[in-house]
Amino acid sequence: MTIKQLSVFLENKTGRINDVVRTLGQNGINMHAFSMAETTDFGILRLIVSDVDKAVEVLRAQNFAVMSTEVICLSCDNTPGSLAVILEYLAEEKIFIEYMYAFAQNDKAHVVIKPNDLKACLAVLDAKGCTVLQKGDL
Amino acid sequence: MFWNENKECMPREQMRELQGKRLQKLVTYVYHNVPFYRKKMQEMDLSPDDIRSIDDIVKLPFTTKQDLRDNYPYGLQAAPASEIVRVHASSGTTGNPTIVGYTRKDLAIWSEVMSRCLTAYGVTRDDTFSVSYGYGLFTGGLGAHYGVENLGATVIPASTGNTEKHIRLIRDLNITGIACTPSYAMYLAEVMEKMGLTKKDLGLRIGAFGAEPWTENMRKEIQDRLGLKGYNIYGLSEIMGPGVSYECQEQNGSHINEDHFFPEIIDPNTLQPLPYGQQGELVFTTLTKEGMPLLRYRTKDLTSLIDAPCPCGRTSVRMTPIMGRSDDMLIIRGINVFPSQVESVILEMKEFEPQYMLIVDRKGNLDTLEIQVEVRRDFFSDDIGAMLALKKSLSDKLKSVLSISADVKLVEPNSIARSQGKSKRVIDNRKLV
Repeated sequence: MTIKQLSVFLENKTGRINDVVRTLGQNGINMHAFSMAETTDFGILRLIVSDVDKAVEVLRAQNFAVMSTEVICLSCDNTPGSLAVILEYLAEEKIFIEYMYAFAQNDKAHVVIKPNDLKACLAVLDAKGCTVLQKGDL
Repeated sequence: MFWNENKECMPREQMRELQGKRLQKLVTYVYHNVPFYRKKMQEMDLSPDDIRSIDDIVKLPFTTKQDLRDNYPYGLQAAPASEIVRVHASSGTTGNPTIVGYTRKDLAIWSEVMSRCLTAYGVTRDDTFSVSYGYGLFTGGLGAHYGVENLGATVIPASTGNTEKHIRLIRDLNITGIACTPSYAMYLAEVMEKMGLTKKDLGLRIGAFGAEPWTENMRKEIQDRLGLKGYNIYGLSEIMGPGVSYECQEQNGSHINEDHFFPEIIDPNTLQPLPYGQQGELVFTTLTKEGMPLLRYRTKDLTSLIDAPCPCGRTSVRMTPIMGRSDDMLIIRGINVFPSQVESVILEMKEFEPQYMLIVDRKGNLDTLEIQVEVRRDFFSDDIGAMLALKKSLSDKLKSVLSISADVKLVEPNSIARSQGKSKRVIDNRKLV
């Protein structure tokens, strides 16, 4: 199962992330996780939010360049070496990870992965019995 | 010192008479050899016989850059192809460059007027003179080159680039004069200082600077750092190239070689001629040109003309420094750039909104050009590599169209100010006037 991630194009300008976060907040959209990728003159903010479709709509209304991307969110134990095992499965099947970000809380860690091949990646995770989160799990 | 005292110091009345005769001949020539002008004159119910003196020039039609573009490549050429011995080209606003063909006589006149300029600056046959304008389709390099040769001085065709080697040549070959853009002169001073040399190590005494606007402050700085005296040289490829006008030792306006290039100032809106002293758009008629003669060519340069006698003894009309343009052309690092060129590139790429902004600045001594473009909401990609590739693809296309590199900045949709009327596409932060 994949999850829809929200991606927002941002110029490198002070206060710009704030504008995104405020807009989401005003519309009652909660953020579960996000990461910021940056280049010298622009950045891409990637977020997992409570309502992607609504987020796209409200941000577009504010003239942001926004898109949603399918990603995989997996859950593993918050212990040393747990993620390494899973990434090893993916590498063995030649699945390349374009980017990933993660957060850990209590005994579980959630990892957002954007692989080059979603289907293949899911198949590997399924076969190895990894926990892949769905929209409602977050 | 004069190169051609007879022409440069000709009494005004005599000059007007000469101009009138040349104009009559020119109009007859273009009427019979350039269908474009014949048609225009016929539409205005004008025949060559209606031109009896230089005062009648106001009856003639104007020529614009658009006309040159519409008649690309050789539509305005008057001389048969067999008489053309050289072609130069300058950048067009969109697509077609302007092609200018020269006959052997045109080149001789070009060398003559360049020799007048150089002599006014104090160059003699004992000088060794470096030409550091670009050689090639641009008129700067070859135009200055043949002027130096015609005068009898030694020319060093250094062109641009390899500045350290150039500075060593200036020192080792006792180069006394240089022709280049004022910004290149500043760069030369910088490199010289970095090499641990001072102006005393170099024997430069004369600089012929042009192809881009420059200020009195820049003049002072260049003179101070290179130990030379810097003179303005003005020209444009449509009319001839460098050598249309030049400063004398007085450095108070540039004398126009008006036995060859007849100047007028017009109101760019009403197209009515303006009297001496009033600022407007500079218009030239090429009185003696054979290859591509032009009637009343609108340069779009804003200036005024001074007809008061100059203490140097020259009687020719002078033009004041260019105060700006009546169109949106920018001169960046000596290259003509039109916002419409940028627009044409952006319109071809569906990933961008048709919105852009050019930000021109001068950092150190180098002009910089930043081009901001809006990413279209529906073409934005989550993949940074793809976004960077998109940016590079735009940079490459712009470079091939503009001939200079620009710093592309991708901005958010709707972040460039929209306006109801004529949109503002350029922010020029250089202080040049």
